[in-house]
Amino acid sequence: MNQINLQRISLRHTYLFALAILVAAIAINYYHQPNMFEIRVLNGNLRVFLPLILLAAGQTVVIIGGGIDLSVGAMVSMVNAILVTLITSDSTTTEVILAILAGCGAGMLAGALNGFCVAYLRLQPIVTTYATSFIYAGLALYILPRPGGSVPSDLARLYRDTPLGVPFTAYVIVVLVLIWLLLRSTRYGQYLLATGSNADAAYTTGVPVNRVRLSTYVIGGLMAALAGLAITMSVGTGNPRIGDAMTLDSIVAVVLGGTRLAGGQGGVVGTVIGVLILGTIRNIISFANVPTWSQTLVDALIILVALAGPGLVRLMRGQPVFVGAIWQRLVRKESA
Amino acid sequence: MTTTTLNSVRRLFDHVSPPMVALILAVILFFAGGLINPNFVNVTQAINIVRAAAFLGIIAAGQTLVIISGGEGIDLSVGAVVTLSAILVFRISDGDNAMMVPALLVALAVGAGIGLMNGLGVMLLRIPPLVMTLAMAGVVQGTVLIVTRGQLIGDTPSLMRRFIASPLVLGVPGVVFLWILVGIGMWLLLERTNYGKQLFAVGVNRKTATLSGVNVPLVVIATYTLSGFLAAFGGFTLLGFTQTVFLNLGQPYLFPSIAAVVVGGTVLAGGKGSYWGTMSGALVLTLIDSLLRALQLQQAYQFMVLGTVLVLLLSVYGRQRTLRQ
Repeated sequence: MNQINLQRISLRHTYLFALAILVAAIAINYYHQPNMFEIRVLNGNLRVFLPLILLAAGQTVVIIGGGIDLSVGAMVSMVNAILVTLITSDSTTTEVILAILAGCGAGMLAGALNGFCVAYLRLQPIVTTYATSFIYAGLALYILPRPGGSVPSDLARLYRDTPLGVPFTAYVIVVLVLIWLLLRSTRYGQYLLATGSNADAAYTTGVPVNRVRLSTYVIGGLMAALAGLAITMSVGTGNPRIGDAMTLDSIVAVVLGGTRLAGGQGGVVGTVIGVLILGTIRNIISFANVPTWSQTLVDALIILVALAGPGLVRLMRGQPVFVGAIWQRLVRKESA
Repeated sequence: MTTTTLNSVRRLFDHVSPPMVALILAVILFFAGGLINPNFVNVTQAINIVRAAAFLGIIAAGQTLVIISGGEGIDLSVGAVVTLSAILVFRISDGDNAMMVPALLVALAVGAGIGLMNGLGVMLLRIPPLVMTLAMAGVVQGTVLIVTRGQLIGDTPSLMRRFIASPLVLGVPGVVFLWILVGIGMWLLLERTNYGKQLFAVGVNRKTATLSGVNVPLVVIATYTLSGFLAAFGGFTLLGFTQTVFLNLGQPYLFPSIAAVVVGGTVLAGGKGSYWGTMSGALVLTLIDSLLRALQLQQAYQFMVLGTVLVLLLSVYGRQRTLRQ
């Protein structure tokens, strides 16, 4: 009885396991960095996490809709290039706002191109967005051939600000989660989940599958643009390759947060937790005096353990841990 | 390109199999290169392109198997395995020809072991292949960093240079023959063995495969193991060409290996495909790459052209069925 309840709860809230890992990670982090809950330190950490949170939130929507976007990192680089080219350190507020709008527009256009290819040309998402990532990376290099540029100090200050004693970035995260919860309860949210879990069935019940798919990529593009804006405010300069490494991290964060890569299940709340896990792991690595050479391995191993957790729990629950039994069980599951 | 012309092009291609389309495209691209640069079309250049394609083709062999196996199957660890294998051969043989075969065997065993772990993670722990193999790539890279500390010492046996990268018969380098051997082996594996039949069955539908008596976990785990094994072999051949190792040796081959599989008509959803398609795909991708180099464009333009060409290529026949079908 108890077990069934637990199962039901963990099915409904896919991010519960991620939350447990996050609590453990924060505890370890706290041990190594006792001042981590001071506003100053917290703010510093969140500033680093926010771009990936925004990017991974967009990736979540794309993945729930049954797709995947390997071009988001290149979009971040492109928007970063656009912003530092349009904005100089003494731009007026209007100029800055126009530049931000241009950046968001570019992100949405890039997302729309991805969405058009996937939804209307019926191309396979992984390879298509890999291909378009070259277009966006090329555009970033074209706009900003070499690193440089700067933004007004006010913009950087806003990003570091703590209105009412709470980091600016925390407000952004709260707003992001609220928007997601609101979105999920709308008809669009239902359409999104239906499209991702079974596109054919959704289509026959009248869900505008193609338009939903297109919209997920546009949202992904917009979120990439916002991530580009956040990273520009954070580092205050431009680099045409700044987002390259973020693509795969965004996918790992989504999976860590309990969203199924196959689509149709999951949410942004889990993804935020996923990014916080990734960020905390990296914090621990840098504070626990892990030797530089071991950092890549430790990072990968912890991610692997976090990914393997739900599977391990499933394997061990009520079953003797005996390889033969596991085999039998797997084979039976396939046929069920 | 408008949808109607795209459709008529597609109808034309419906009568030809995707690998054939890719091969025809490769020939057209090669001669198109002559229009850009008359020096592009000659035997030496053709041999160079086939040689470069051979490395990609061998590395993409395992990727083909994994993708056919379905269930979102994909192997993002091939780049790391290629690097690791090259480093192992480089270090263990240390330029000694007598140690070449033992070093190769160690590299192949390690590659297969990494593939086995991928397979176990995917099948037993139910980790999605994309992130499982991605994390495994991180583990492999991390281990390489710890063990070598970035100091890559060793040497390449002179035999490897002679039999892989240098002209062997009629100016054709050995790796091309190796590639043909791999091609024949893959054809036999896919079309003439029990494993091949079961692999396609698993790729089409795991439930029906189980019901018809296929041991699905075993087939999937064997497939990832083979992928690691073949990637390690790819790393060995690549070392024969580069003669040196660096930490990023295999990474540039990772996504092209997936693209080559898809361009060759293998469906990412699994259950359908061929290695000969992957071979043509590797040729097309290598040709596009060398054409772009021949054009001597700036990197920004090179990227944009490459991306656009890839999207166009995919839209001609890399398409999935529509919802109405």
